[in-house]
Amino acid sequence: MATKKFMFVNRKAPYGTVYAIESLEVVLISAAFDQDVSLAFIDDGVYQITKGQDTTGIGQKNFSKAYKALGDYDINKLYVEKESLEERGLTLDDLMELTWEDEDDDYAEKPSIHLVDRAAMSGIMADQEVVISF
Amino acid sequence: MKGVIRIPPAKYTLTHNLYPFLIRSLELKFTLMINEGPYQHQASDTALQFARAVLEKGHEIYRVFFYHDGVNNGTRLSVPPQDDRQLQKEWSELSKAHDLDLVICIAAAQRRGLMNAEEAKRQGLDADNIIEGFHISGLGQLIEGSIQSDRTIVFGD
Repeated sequence: MATKKFMFVNRKAPYGTVYAIESLEVVLISAAFDQDVSLAFIDDGVYQITKGQDTTGIGQKNFSKAYKALGDYDINKLYVEKESLEERGLTLDDLMELTWEDEDDDYAEKPSIHLVDRAAMSGIMADQEVVISF
Repeated sequence: MKGVIRIPPAKYTLTHNLYPFLIRSLELKFTLMINEGPYQHQASDTALQFARAVLEKGHEIYRVFFYHDGVNNGTRLSVPPQDDRQLQKEWSELSKAHDLDLVICIAAAQRRGLMNAEEAKRQGLDADNIIEGFHISGLGQLIEGSIQSDRTIVFGD
């Protein structure tokens, strides 16, 4: 099967609506199809990968650990929009450390998160063949 | 000036002969994804109108994939007021008329109580509620549809 450039755009907070967790299910399935997959985190979507999520008060499953598994599925292009972070008073330090192992570089651990500004994000999106937005 | 006969340039003839091919190559294959339930949100209405327009223009719809609350577009137990649009029925009829592949995501459907007879039996449930023309399958159908199609269009919030 052909390989296409897929981008999954995450725009919503992790809890409050079902979009984030069901989006992650799609992302994980896409890994099985050997596609060129990237993720974008914009608007409230940046909260999906913040550190220290605690869902005990709302009685829902904390699924944030699942993002740490993405690297093992060769999903290692996570683009975070700089302006979306700044507008929410967040910095890279507030995000989880998400990494992947580069087997072509002696399994060196490399960061999966790439901070890009709005203009660069639009360029990356324009470069995709399939954009699925949640 | 010797003679006035003009032979059309070869390029013109070639383009002319290629015309049917060029027209054909403009036909696109679409996969549609619908992420919102009917009536609550306009996504299903817009997608239905888009699907009709795509087919009218001679393009192909490879698959329509229903996800999130979009799975509720596939129930046959919806009874909207008579003067309102009948979204589930309209999808079902469009599917019948054009042999559309309408797929409801199984994981999303199970959470929201959308069942076909086979799945209801498997889960030991006493009823099923899926309308003709829809079937239940996995998320892989969305990815595969996007790979096979020229365009993937998402309808949602």
